[in-house]
Amino acid sequence: MTPESPDAPNPPTRPAPSAGIAPPVIELDGLTVQLGGRPVLKDLSCTLTGRCLGLLGPNGAGKTTLLHTLLGFYRPHGGTARVFGHDVRRELETVRSLIGYMPENDAFIGNLSAVRLVRMMGEVSGLPPEAALERAHEALFYVGLGEARYRDTGSYSQGMKQLVKLAQALVHGPRLLFLDEPTNALDPPARERMLAHIREIRDSGQAHIVLSSHLLRDVERCCDEVLVLKDGRIAAYRNLEAERQANRKFLELELKGERDGFLDALRRRGAECALAHQRGRERIKVVLPETIEVADLYREAAERRVQIRRLSFKRDSLEEIFLRAMDDAPAAPTEGGTHVSP
Amino acid sequence: MSLRDRSFRRYAGEVTPRRSRFLVLWRYSRREVFSSKLATGLFALSFAPLLVAAILVYLRHNLPALQALELEAGDVLPIDGNFFYWLLRLQAGCAFLLTALVGPGLVSPDLANNGLPLYLARPFSRAEYVLGKLAVLAILISAITWVPLLLIFALQASLEPGWMAENLRLAWGLFAGSWVWILLVGLFALALSAWVRWRILAGALLVATFVMGTGFGEVVNEIFDGRQLQYSWGDLFSPGQLVLGIWQGLLFGGDAASVARVPLAVAWMMVALACVMALLVLNRKLRAYEVVR
Repeated sequence: MTPESPDAPNPPTRPAPSAGIAPPVIELDGLTVQLGGRPVLKDLSCTLTGRCLGLLGPNGAGKTTLLHTLLGFYRPHGGTARVFGHDVRRELETVRSLIGYMPENDAFIGNLSAVRLVRMMGEVSGLPPEAALERAHEALFYVGLGEARYRDTGSYSQGMKQLVKLAQALVHGPRLLFLDEPTNALDPPARERMLAHIREIRDSGQAHIVLSSHLLRDVERCCDEVLVLKDGRIAAYRNLEAERQANRKFLELELKGERDGFLDALRRRGAECALAHQRGRERIKVVLPETIEVADLYREAAERRVQIRRLSFKRDSLEEIFLRAMDDAPAAPTEGGTHVSP
Repeated sequence: MSLRDRSFRRYAGEVTPRRSRFLVLWRYSRREVFSSKLATGLFALSFAPLLVAAILVYLRHNLPALQALELEAGDVLPIDGNFFYWLLRLQAGCAFLLTALVGPGLVSPDLANNGLPLYLARPFSRAEYVLGKLAVLAILISAITWVPLLLIFALQASLEPGWMAENLRLAWGLFAGSWVWILLVGLFALALSAWVRWRILAGALLVATFVMGTGFGEVVNEIFDGRQLQYSWGDLFSPGQLVLGIWQGLLFGGDAASVARVPLAVAWMMVALACVMALLVLNRKLRAYEVVR
């Protein structure tokens, strides 16, 4: 999907990666999942390569089901799903060894301290006992549990339980992290810490992250790609990072003075200009070509005695993207299904 | 990650072989099992009959000791198939109580605390999970059944030359008979625990299944008693009676068919069926997430 048509429901698929290029993080091809006879994921197709993918959607959209399917908890009824090129049906063990999973709900083993729990999870993942112990301490220290890591997890607050869940997902050093609503039930400082951890892991370049959340702000602050699900279908895909860069050239101006000559001059230099009216005010939307800098606008305006009263970089907020995706009717499956690629 | 630089890093070291990974559960459950004083006490008490049996074997072959106790050789129980059969029954009883105490606590807390996704999101299958939990019970029960029973068998064999050759069948019978019991009560305990998800209730249900099954079987036998049937078909409802028949077959051979209350083949089939049913319950209940229809 291109940034120019970010919400188009059926964009063309990304070409298959050629030999020598690292496989995409996640590839879905016509993935369909039914639970209890009810279709929950419907013909999903996409190729995701970003460092941190935000999975958005209202309750029941299929976010968690998608994660569970990629983990092999549910068997696809149709289509395929691959993680780093490994088919989740045929190479489930390999897929699971690459993933660290932080579930949405409370999940722990009774009567175990956090250290023992995280160590055990490391050992179950295949780490030798000594390495598992070392990494359990590291992971718990990393998420900020400190001395509390020796306490029984049953005595933990909700925020501490979230941190233990994150630590057990990290202990075996996965290549891909599934974080399902990681900021649930966290107070603002704890939420900030959790988001900081997510960004830090993302920026370390050591692991890719899939962040499932219904909190747009969390996703916006951490993710470079966003996949919006609605009723089990892909409602929108955005590469936020590409847009952040591209949108530096999308401007919104408010002028005073003789605007037509100014706009003609901009058009002659290759800019696209359009008039818009918002709340009774005239706004001018400008898309600048690579050759024009913002400073050139001021120079041109000064020469023509036009005042630039307001200039802003225009970018769709994630909220706008999400709301637009929710407003649009679900994409009807076309030949080959709903295709999305960055 | 590291404590020093506090940054995330991938793990690139060696990994353990997949085939032995289920034993991780045994190592972590062991401490939990022996944290209960009742379970530890019962486990220790289970060795008392074995100690008495070993002393009896020793006395049987030690005339000076018998004379010191003013006993005749005939006063001491003969060391034969019956001796080991009753010893196996006694130890199996202890194993059953221990299983009722320990078994339900192995699975139900994981289910109650939603712990299964943590295991199953890793390269660790549901079969390995069951195997790991069953290994906890198998190791505990083995420690009080076939392992010490075979040691007593070896003691007797060492004290009476030629005895082993005549009674080799007993060794196999003790080993196989113990494993039949381990699988039956172990799988039942795990299945009931997974089904009700409540430790105490699961333990009570396990006891009820065996006790009430025996009671119900006896009632059925009483009803059909007047019809002069060759077999006591009511025992089909009693897992305990079925296993007793199997033990008799294993320890005493073909002759046991005349004393067994149901045909041996039927007893084997019923026990196998019970184990399969327990596995089906586990297969249905042990899932990362249950689909609500």
